[in-house]
Amino acid sequence: MAEAILTATDLVKYYPIKGGVLRRTVGHVKAVDGVSFELLKGETLGIVGESGCGKSTLGRLLMRLEEPTAGSVIFDGVDMFAQRGRAMRRLRRDIQIVFQDPYTSLNPRKTVGDIVGEPFDIHPDVVPKKGRRKAVQDLLDLVGLNPEHINRYPHQFSGGQRQRIGIARGIALNPKVLICDEPVSALDVSVQAQVVNLMEKLQDELGLSYIFIAHDLSVVRHISDRVGVMYLGKMAELGEEDDIYGRPTHPYTQALLSAVPVPDPTLRDKKEQIVLKGDVPSPANPPSGCRFHTRCWKAQDKCKTDIPLLEMRPDGVAAHLSACHFAQPREIIETVDVSGQQDEVGNTV
Amino acid sequence: MTEASTIAVGAEAGAPTAGGSADEGRSLASDAWRQLKRNPIFWVSITLIVLFIVMAAVPQLFTNVDPNAAVLKSARERPGADAWFGRDIQGYDIYSRTIYGARASILVGVLTTVVTVIIGVTMGVLAGYYGGWLDSLVSRITDMFFAIPLLLGGILFMSTFPNDENSRYLVVVGKVVLVMAVFGWPSIARLMRSSVLQVKPNDYVQAARALGASPWRIIRAHVMPNALAPVIVVSTINLGVFITVEATLSFLGIGLTPPAVSWGVAISDALVALRTTPHILLFPSLFLSLAVLAFIMLGDAVRDAFDPKSR
Amino acid sequence: MTTTETTSRHRAKTATGSEYHPQDGLLLEVDDLHVEFHTADGIAKAINGVSFDLYEGETLAILGESGSGKSVTAQAIMGILDVPPAVVPKGQIRYCGHDLLTMPADQRRRTRGPEISMVFQDALSSLNPVFPVGWQIAEMFRIHRGMNRSDSLERAVKLMQRVQIPAAKERVKAYPHQFSGGMRQRIMIAMAIALDPAVLIADEPTTALDVTVQAQIMALLQELQEERQMGLILITHDLGVVADVADKIAVMYAGRIVERADVYDLYRQPAHPYTKGLLESIPRLDQKGQQLAAIGGLPPNLMRIPAGCAFNPRCKFAQDVCREDRPALRLVAPGRESACHFAEEVLNG
Repeated sequence: MAEAILTATDLVKYYPIKGGVLRRTVGHVKAVDGVSFELLKGETLGIVGESGCGKSTLGRLLMRLEEPTAGSVIFDGVDMFAQRGRAMRRLRRDIQIVFQDPYTSLNPRKTVGDIVGEPFDIHPDVVPKKGRRKAVQDLLDLVGLNPEHINRYPHQFSGGQRQRIGIARGIALNPKVLICDEPVSALDVSVQAQVVNLMEKLQDELGLSYIFIAHDLSVVRHISDRVGVMYLGKMAELGEEDDIYGRPTHPYTQALLSAVPVPDPTLRDKKEQIVLKGDVPSPANPPSGCRFHTRCWKAQDKCKTDIPLLEMRPDGVAAHLSACHFAQPREIIETVDVSGQQDEVGNTV
Repeated sequence: MTEASTIAVGAEAGAPTAGGSADEGRSLASDAWRQLKRNPIFWVSITLIVLFIVMAAVPQLFTNVDPNAAVLKSARERPGADAWFGRDIQGYDIYSRTIYGARASILVGVLTTVVTVIIGVTMGVLAGYYGGWLDSLVSRITDMFFAIPLLLGGILFMSTFPNDENSRYLVVVGKVVLVMAVFGWPSIARLMRSSVLQVKPNDYVQAARALGASPWRIIRAHVMPNALAPVIVVSTINLGVFITVEATLSFLGIGLTPPAVSWGVAISDALVALRTTPHILLFPSLFLSLAVLAFIMLGDAVRDAFDPKSR
Repeated sequence: MTTTETTSRHRAKTATGSEYHPQDGLLLEVDDLHVEFHTADGIAKAINGVSFDLYEGETLAILGESGSGKSVTAQAIMGILDVPPAVVPKGQIRYCGHDLLTMPADQRRRTRGPEISMVFQDALSSLNPVFPVGWQIAEMFRIHRGMNRSDSLERAVKLMQRVQIPAAKERVKAYPHQFSGGMRQRIMIAMAIALDPAVLIADEPTTALDVTVQAQIMALLQELQEERQMGLILITHDLGVVADVADKIAVMYAGRIVERADVYDLYRQPAHPYTKGLLESIPRLDQKGQQLAAIGGLPPNLMRIPAGCAFNPRCKFAQDVCREDRPALRLVAPGRESACHFAEEVLNG
């Protein structure tokens, strides 16, 4: 039974909205509004949601690139937000991040060697000065790049290669947890698989735990062990990948799954079509009670007043946590298990 | 990404770097240099600037006439074999004064630029990077200095600390530099601040924070190199402007004072007799315009070279 | 598509005074199109001999990644390429029999909007931020049909209602930034169909949108297409979206079409290693335990396209002939075209 390496409890992040002549705070953008979950050692936890759901803000909170408005993160037994100075810097070795945009995640004026070597400069006790160049070359090799390109600049690489450089930087200090914020969204389709495969390989070889934040449900399904679905700053559903994709219980998850086009024309008119009405409400003014009630076909009076908690629903309705008063499992997509049907390179045998 | 820009990126990717060994990096600076080299405007401006700098450093190369030697009986002489640009109303050799004038003008321009950049960049980085109350404080200070008109401030300063004939050359020059720098740094500060604000949200800065880098490291290694480009471009152009402003101040009598000679001083002296002897005004003005033009052209060329979109 | 439908469209067109009449429903013929970009660093060959047809009422998907030339094809048809640095050294683009490339500029300009129209990827940068959306839609009527302000505005409201923008009468005065991404895309679509064009080109219309919004927008496009019997060219890299809506697919790589087939045939069994590689490398929402077979290598450098088959450096099946002879796009089975020396082998598995 794997233990939890990271526990987030009631994380909240509000951004003040300033207005008026005196720039008073007139409201808040409630980007993350009470999110709790655990990351187990060695697993990949996928966080999915559409724009405005707060998943990227959540990633930045977990990295302490932003201070939370409330809530705590216990990382490896240590209260992350209570750490300061040297202790915090020491903690940062164990949790790192890979960014989405390969074009802004690397300093254009530094060589690849400098970029991947910077972690060693900031934490000089990890690798002695003499061994740093070799360590950088080993990292480049590990992520599938040519170590001889150590003196090149980011603009001399393609998007997929730049993403590999970002990954090399992220694993340089041998962290325990890697937060991946949409790492393949900005890449070409033919390159996405390369990077996804690389990340899986690294996870096996280095024993990493991933929090994989993305909006592409297919990629998240492929790489994750457990998945959390976010909507307007709250977690709507959280559970094993099987359960979430095969027996989703929250109406939002069900709608989301029904909207994803599958690359199989024979399934064209066979899929369940759930069309949500209206637009996503603004996080500055989220609906009362259940945030989803304005677009939900099941919504009743209770939904407008009572905030549903993310918890196990009664009557064993589902094996996972759901934040809906009327959670009911519903099969949206028919899953086919192809493991064993494909050889190592994915050809159907 | 549009197809066209994708093509540009694709052109660099995959294939080994063209030019230099395959393993050598091609930094943005070296790319900029290659582009600069190809630009004829760059070479024209550099030639002019080098010429003026040599003039400023070693005026003796160009003339052996003392700029402060007055030959009264030949005053207002037209250009001729004796004095190539003629003589002004006090009998000074205009050619000699124009050559020696380069020193003061260039010196003032360069020193003022250096001082405004140092102050402006520091203030701009503090305001932009730290934000919050520091930003408010620095921005209000910047606004205050912006609000004071240069000429008014200059007159006030120079009447409080006037020059006399015995003032040392560097003191005289120094005062002009001080006046211009004090009113010149705010625009650099504002520019740097907005440049820092554009660079700060980039993921590579966040990545450095995530690694636990100290603010000084982040500013030095990540923010400054990427935010400095607009300031470099503007400062190069400002150099030319400062030379003009010095000319204005000297013309008004609150800049350089005799025996210091600059193009501004020469122009000021020439206006008295403009209608009858225009040649006295012509040559210093010409040199002034050329110098300013050269710096502006250099600034333009540098900006084009640094602008990734024009590649 | 029945004869009555064709003639009804023909009638509608002549009613509005269009001088273009499709023969047997053939709207667009792209014939051996070549496009090059002349830059200071060399000549990028963006399109190298592309030919295809488009009929009334059909949806042609042009599938490709960045650098494949798909967007440049669209821009060439619309006539919005920057000339220079773009050069069209060869080829014809015939709309209802008239070659657009040799038409006088004036005449060509008049086809944009009433005959051929385009929807772009990023609605925010395609809409003018300083004018209200109603005014921008109405502009189509003011410029092309000479309508006055109030009439054109009325038509704009009707269009906004047709594309399902709620409260159209009030929102007609709003500005682009006041709409969500999905709504802005609907406004772009409204502008594109305003003058009832025969051909609609959609260049990555949903790539920047959330998946639930994407489903709505694609459904809208399909509805409009059926209603007006437009020819729809869908340019995308998303294999899921293509499977859902396309009739015919042309796969592009390095400026050429490498495979052409009916949508059902293509997904069932591709006839080109690139298509096969793509299909095997994308994670599927409805599968468990997949192994992603990534295509190795990088997209081609358009200034240095490999000799022989442009895909050969990345192809699992590449042999000597592939490095020397460029395979032409040929018929390998009924309704199946492929540009591969070994297409038959790929086709037969």
